[in-house]
Amino acid sequence: MRLRLVPQETKFDFFKHARLTFGASIVAVIASLVIWAMVGLNFGIDFLGGTTIRTDSTVQVDVGDYRAALEPLELGDVVISEVFDPSFADDQHVVTVRIQAQEGDEAVTPETILAIQSALQEAVDPEMTFPSVESVGPKVSGELIQTAIIAVLASLGAILVYIWLRFEWQFSVGAVAALVHDVILTIGVFSLFQIRFDLATIAALLTIVGYSINDTVVIFDRLRENLIKFKQMPLRDVMNLSANETLSRTLMTSGTTLVALIALIALGGDVIRGFVFAIAWGVVVGTYSSIYVAKNVVLMIGVKRDWSKPTDGGGASGTQFANVDA
Amino acid sequence: MLQIPLWNRLLIILTVLVGLSFAMPNFFYGTVERHNDAVAEIERTGTQTPEQEADVAAWPSFLPATLVNLGLDLRGGAHLLAEVQVEDVYTQRMDSLWPEVRDALRDERDTVGTIRRIDAEDGLLQVRISQPEGMAAAVAAVRELGQPVVSLTGGFGESTLDVSGAGDVITVQLSESEQAATNDRTLQQSIEIVRRRVDEAGTREPTIQRQGSDRILIQVPGIGSAQELKELIGTTARLTFHPVVGRASSPDEDTDSRQMILPSVDEGGGYYILEETPVVTGDDLVDSQPGFDQQTGEAIVTFRFNPTGARAFGEYTAANVGAPFAIVLDEEVISAPVIRSAITGGAGQISGNFNVESSTELAILLRAGALPAEMTFLEERTIGPELGADSVKAGETAAVIAFAAVLIFMVASYGLFGVFASIALILNVGLIFGVLSLIGATLTLPGIAGIVLTIGMAVDANVLVFERIREELKTAKGPARAIELGYERALSAIIDANITTFIIATILFVLGSGPVRGFSVTLGIGIVTSVFTAIYVTRLLLVFWFERKRPKKIEV
Repeated sequence: MRLRLVPQETKFDFFKHARLTFGASIVAVIASLVIWAMVGLNFGIDFLGGTTIRTDSTVQVDVGDYRAALEPLELGDVVISEVFDPSFADDQHVVTVRIQAQEGDEAVTPETILAIQSALQEAVDPEMTFPSVESVGPKVSGELIQTAIIAVLASLGAILVYIWLRFEWQFSVGAVAALVHDVILTIGVFSLFQIRFDLATIAALLTIVGYSINDTVVIFDRLRENLIKFKQMPLRDVMNLSANETLSRTLMTSGTTLVALIALIALGGDVIRGFVFAIAWGVVVGTYSSIYVAKNVVLMIGVKRDWSKPTDGGGASGTQFANVDA
Repeated sequence: MLQIPLWNRLLIILTVLVGLSFAMPNFFYGTVERHNDAVAEIERTGTQTPEQEADVAAWPSFLPATLVNLGLDLRGGAHLLAEVQVEDVYTQRMDSLWPEVRDALRDERDTVGTIRRIDAEDGLLQVRISQPEGMAAAVAAVRELGQPVVSLTGGFGESTLDVSGAGDVITVQLSESEQAATNDRTLQQSIEIVRRRVDEAGTREPTIQRQGSDRILIQVPGIGSAQELKELIGTTARLTFHPVVGRASSPDEDTDSRQMILPSVDEGGGYYILEETPVVTGDDLVDSQPGFDQQTGEAIVTFRFNPTGARAFGEYTAANVGAPFAIVLDEEVISAPVIRSAITGGAGQISGNFNVESSTELAILLRAGALPAEMTFLEERTIGPELGADSVKAGETAAVIAFAAVLIFMVASYGLFGVFASIALILNVGLIFGVLSLIGATLTLPGIAGIVLTIGMAVDANVLVFERIREELKTAKGPARAIELGYERALSAIIDANITTFIIATILFVLGSGPVRGFSVTLGIGIVTSVFTAIYVTRLLLVFWFERKRPKKIEV
């Protein structure tokens, strides 16, 4: 008996609730933007500059004690948060202390770090160890933000061009719309839950872009094939057919990827949890968006139907199918 | 029909075997690492201890011994991003140019009158002449001192100096292309010196890389903290010899321009007033050794100059017998002996309050050369070895579980075909490690995440093919034809989907740094190997099976 995520043959009408799904996507995007604007992202030191110190102690954590110990050092904004992970021993209590960037272009001075460490050892636990200390100067963090933005825009641009070359411009608009949707939704989730947003998160965002486009391309590829095969079928039906034919594959791939990622979230340790969570979330929205966003956008713009002619002008002939259901 | 030529089959098998053989040492990480370390140590020292011999013997030498480097976040260590203050060098260059400018202008005394160097911004040399009418001649004379820029990056024929005159002041500075060439040299020199200092400490596989026009990235695994690393490389050990003008009791006393006040090391609270322009600098040193003074038995550091330094030093000491000169190390006067006779041999010694250790250390620092410019540290990260070990363990567990889950999922969904895909998947992970070892890439924690992600996504190409075979089976042209069509028709989707992901991996690689780069490398390699295993290896397995069984009906 084979495991089947979906029946052998499906005939879902993915546009039946297009208003609902597409509307929900738009609402989610707007909500994400609003949360982002209102709450803001919980930037890590990569982007803000500053220092994070990870402490490891056998003493039960009372954040107040840590705060009181650091108060006299006058370090400005200090964020103290306890870290939990199933892999920790029972009497292992891990905390990250984040200190804002101090004056100047450079990383925090070793004297400051030593002062912090001895203050904590004195106030909380003389046996406390510091498994990692990371410090980023404001000059670098500013550049890292810039690089991150460039990286995201460059990826979107490169994909726009590639899909345009391989397919048609309508497809690349649809694909990029889906990608923007995924990226914004991920940023929204990061704002909402105040998950730390750092360089690794950017890598995760780009991975989401890669994964989502992967999914979208497979459906588009089938769509192109079916458009040639079924010249007379309305665009909407061809799209439904293509999505149904690839549905089993889409769910299989997303399923295996999610299974692997969930193992990593549960057992991969707390250091990369945020990073892996971002990718896992991206796989979910990426799968959703390739079915419900990318295609809808292409359907709205319409697409060239006569693939036997090499040049297009197809945008015009395709528009008769535009606004079918959106 | 399902034909794969023999040479093609052999090529596929060979590729897999080579990949796996390079991956294999990683499964015996500890043994191979000790083997490699012992081999390197024996080569370095020329002798071997019984332990080293045992370590060497533990891994057969005919097997590949390449390993994936573990990143700092997995092994623990320190990471520094240093910015080299390249402008420092402009000022030094101007200082050393001043005597030449002075001599050149003195030759023109009749037209330019008397000359005086005036205080200027860093990197500028400004000279006031008493007869502004002679400005044109003065500028021309100073321009003569410029040489064509020597650099690979253009600016050919351009002079090294920018000379301009306004009113009665001549301003000299390095020309733009010379500044660029200087920056380049400064950075290369700094990197070389940092490398030598880190190597002196004998750490394993340090990464010392240039970043951009004025930065150096230094990553040293196994070192205790970024602070230690900074102490190791940050000591500038800039040695200079200056004429002594007089003594001072506080650092704030008034001095003439072009003079400076520096504290003395041995006499607490004592200060010297020195000429700012050094007679000789440590750049002209060729050797330095710790030693003992034969009369006093005191620990000293001896040094020897190159011919240029020896000549300058000889001329100066000959002209100034009886006057004191100061030996300055890192802005502190180590000692200020009186010149008893001209020192022409180019060798000398520094005495101060040294003990054996400190004299040895100073000699190393002098030998390793001075950093040409100061460095500021923009980014520092220390990761403890325990955290790294925990991360490796967590990553391993997660990867194994993810792997098992995906395999079960595949076999449950596709039966025998799932088994083939699973074998391909295992080979895929092996190949990723093989390629990582082969190119000497560094595995980071996000890199492990990248591999786990690849495990999930690598099934994609297989799934595309299998799903396609299922569809082709419906139109019933026989199993062989269905398999062939499945591969043929799934190919464009596989290629398109993977190229787009590969584009992303490339962008991450180009723009990312550190851990992000590690992630992009495993992701990129994973894409290539998974396409290879899905298209070739799974297919080859299918063909082998098909040729043996010749099934009339297949179920995917």
